[in-house]
Amino acid sequence: MKAPSFAYAKPRSLAEAFELLDRPGAQVLAGGQSLIPSLNLRLSAPELLVDITGLPGLAKIERRDGSLRVGALCTHAGLERSAEVKEHVPLVAEAIPHIAHPAIRNRGTLGGSLALADPAAELPACAVALDAVVVTCGRDGERRVKAADFFKGLFETDLRAGEVLVAVEFPKAEKSVFLELTRRHGDYAIVGVAAVKKRAERRFAFFGLGGKPILLRPRSLEDGKTSLPAPAADLYHSAPTKLHLAKVLLERAWNKL
Amino acid sequence: MEQALTTTMTVNGTAVTRSIPARQHLVDFLREELGLTGSHIGCEHGVCGACTVRVDGEIVRGCLMLAVQANGCRVETIEGLSDTRELEKLQAAFHRRNALQCGFCTPGMLMAAQDLLRQKRKPSREEIRAHISGNYCRCTGYQAIVDAIEEVSNG
Repeated sequence: MKAPSFAYAKPRSLAEAFELLDRPGAQVLAGGQSLIPSLNLRLSAPELLVDITGLPGLAKIERRDGSLRVGALCTHAGLERSAEVKEHVPLVAEAIPHIAHPAIRNRGTLGGSLALADPAAELPACAVALDAVVVTCGRDGERRVKAADFFKGLFETDLRAGEVLVAVEFPKAEKSVFLELTRRHGDYAIVGVAAVKKRAERRFAFFGLGGKPILLRPRSLEDGKTSLPAPAADLYHSAPTKLHLAKVLLERAWNKL
Repeated sequence: MEQALTTTMTVNGTAVTRSIPARQHLVDFLREELGLTGSHIGCEHGVCGACTVRVDGEIVRGCLMLAVQANGCRVETIEGLSDTRELEKLQAAFHRRNALQCGFCTPGMLMAAQDLLRQKRKPSREEIRAHISGNYCRCTGYQAIVDAIEEVSNG
């Protein structure tokens, strides 16, 4: 299908973007790889699309206080190619090839993935596992939110009206593993896990299981298996299947960390 | 609210300026305004890959990009890459290997295949499959397509 009618604006500064976002029915457009399908399917009908891809400085990757600060407009393909991402947050580098397909990774952005908060998406789980900080910016300046607090529920985040997600700060981990089960390459996950070892702690962020990334910090493998919450079934997989597969992934990740 | 924006882009080497409705997708613009019907419209939500075109050197879904977003960009389609003979070897290999039947997916398939060959000289069959994973074929199947791409990568 074709998208419904809407107006389009491409601001050149954050100040201009905030002004546009104040208008009724305004919606941020970044890479558009989830928003445009939802427009095409008429699941969403904004009045104004504010295309933020022209904003300066939001596609940088820089080291800052032991973290890697990645601009929201970095595309998945850009992250895939980045030597700094590979070195500093190999978990993210490992996750990227699982996201859709090359043509989509060329346009889809880190900020878009986090702001949408699809429950089966890879990068929100990576952010939660790594204990990353999501940086948002509004008229009153920047706000920093821990990833675990940023994701509130199904497609629901802590992002406030008029705010733009500007960057994500990924701290380093000692060791990390990324595993995902899909029916075909590039599909949304049946279930997946982003796992991180930091000092004595092991963190497992599951995706595809609930409305948002589910974080476990088990003391033992058995402790982890019993503390997995009961998932909801999806279109193709029953709840017991998903729970079983989550336990399989937990064990594989545990043994690799 | 219907809004049209004056948009300028280079399509297959030619500068094009048009007033484009905000909601029009790039692939619809190329097909309906410019008559470049080689890029096909399949699913219209980013799943099938039939509408694959190149924007600033990178392959994208023509149905997941608004034409107004291509303002200032360099757009290349199957017509352009055929005319410059960039796809010559792939096209010949697809023909030789029977890598097309109805041909609907073929333009997108060629764009994705060429994108891989520009990035990697000798991709494995697994890498070829991963790179065309976003392009659906509903008749010939993938074996012959992978064979054709592999043949070209082997020189």
